[in-house]
Amino acid sequence: MTGSMRKIKEFIVEKLILICGAASIFFVVLIFLFLLKEGLALFNIESPLKFLFGKSWYPISEPPKLGIFPLILGSLMVTAGAAIISIPIGVGCAIYIAEIAPAKTKEVLKAGIELLAAIPSVVLGFIGMVTLVPLVKTVFHLPTGLTALSGSIMLAFMAMPTIVSIAEDALYSVPKTYKEGALALGATHWQTIWRVMLPAASSGILAAVMLGIGRVIGETMAVMMITGNAAVIPQSILVPVRTLTATIAAEMGEAVVGSEHYFALFAIGIVLFIISFAINATADLFLHKRQ
Amino acid sequence: MRNPHRTQKIAFFLLFMATLLIVVPVGLIVVIIIQKGLPAINWQFLTDIPRQGMRAGGIFPAILGTIYLVTGAIIFALPIGLFAAIYLSEYSKDNILNRLIRLAIVNLAGVPSVVYGLFGLAIFVIFFKFGASILSGSLTLGIMILPIIITSSREALESVPQSFREVSLSLGASKWQTIRHIVLPNAIPGILTGTILGLGRAAGETAPILFTVAAFYLPQLPKSIFDQAMALPYHLYVISTQVPNVDEKIRYGTAFVLLALVLFMNLVAIIIRYKFRKKKKW
Repeated sequence: MTGSMRKIKEFIVEKLILICGAASIFFVVLIFLFLLKEGLALFNIESPLKFLFGKSWYPISEPPKLGIFPLILGSLMVTAGAAIISIPIGVGCAIYIAEIAPAKTKEVLKAGIELLAAIPSVVLGFIGMVTLVPLVKTVFHLPTGLTALSGSIMLAFMAMPTIVSIAEDALYSVPKTYKEGALALGATHWQTIWRVMLPAASSGILAAVMLGIGRVIGETMAVMMITGNAAVIPQSILVPVRTLTATIAAEMGEAVVGSEHYFALFAIGIVLFIISFAINATADLFLHKRQ
Repeated sequence: MRNPHRTQKIAFFLLFMATLLIVVPVGLIVVIIIQKGLPAINWQFLTDIPRQGMRAGGIFPAILGTIYLVTGAIIFALPIGLFAAIYLSEYSKDNILNRLIRLAIVNLAGVPSVVYGLFGLAIFVIFFKFGASILSGSLTLGIMILPIIITSSREALESVPQSFREVSLSLGASKWQTIRHIVLPNAIPGILTGTILGLGRAAGETAPILFTVAAFYLPQLPKSIFDQAMALPYHLYVISTQVPNVDEKIRYGTAFVLLALVLFMNLVAIIIRYKFRKKKKW
């Protein structure tokens, strides 16, 4: 190949590389634009305030009632429950893996956590249905075990791998000198972890928790299979609820393209996109700060 | 006075319990599915079509559909993801564009899977008129696994020592020649790991394919990329929640096949990474 041919080829390849480099920006913008394109049409019919704070979701009644407040509460309740369960356990496990476990155990535990992260959510949903749901029903003497609590417990397991691996990373990257300094001053290992390591890793751990919660809010299949899908304002954690994600997944199949119902489901998509964008951007900021 | 050593003992015990609370349920889940799913697996279950309203027969169309979808997703995502990783590792400078790309990748990874489903419906099914098809589903899954492929390929490329590049450049090779013949070959195990992890993720996801490709039940196998297809995760969802009176064995069997497929890919990825780490010459 002559030199100039090679130069042309390399020029093309390098332009291609630049284009692909920017592809992620392109796709994020594309996703947002297409959600807006289909979702904003709703607001010609319904005011944004009535959409967000309307208390009833009856999308196929005549006229349809498209208030997603019960769904937002459903998502919040399930997410809060999952956070309460998964944060202490997840951070605890991260500390154990990073600081206490012997090297061999550490490798096994990390592989176990990766395993959990890899289990498809529909499989977790299925397992939840056949094990957890009957258990919750019997323990609390409920008419049905498909409740917000069941969803919270199952989702906690989806948040944990994220929390554990990122928090463990954060602890691992605390400079060794901090730890040695504390130990040299006569602190016990636990005092060192509690007073020195955890504060030093706090922004990374915060990011881990946020990303874990982000994962929970966006989770769809497991939550649809085990929370009972009742679109009413939940009065307790022991009743069926319906989340934002489950509503889209359950109803989009039947919604007529171009109907108010269809627009409303895309509008829910916009809400979810904005929530996840906010969570991920903030978490990334915390992670960046650490470095 | 509080005894710091006793406090430490209690604290470490609690941390150990927290770890058990994660590991034991994971082990239980896997054991239950193997124990109840494995007896359902036989040649007929893997190669037959579902019969009697999915209450008997096999799951072959769902397995095949998932293989098609995953293949399509990787054909789309691997070239883009690899080139994006090359850009980030070899070309980008620490500027605002680089920062924006990083932010975009993080957000792409965080977009809820059902929102990918909505996006795929709006753009591929409706706007480009591909309809609910293998093509629409593959593209949707492809975009979803892009961040996984970019992130792991980038790490693999960046772990190739700077000195390799310097030697190649000093011998008169161009930048692209250096990347093509020196950096890429040394990064292949890492790129492979990321690709396999992406495959596993694509195989297990349900929400993105709900409205873009997945069929409740199809009497015949898909013939082109413009056909609908059945898929394993969606099939599991359907027979667990939508069809009454399905034999437990079929449900567990389907869950077993899906879990085995996904875990097998992850295992392969872990082994490649482990071997590569051991063999690394630098």
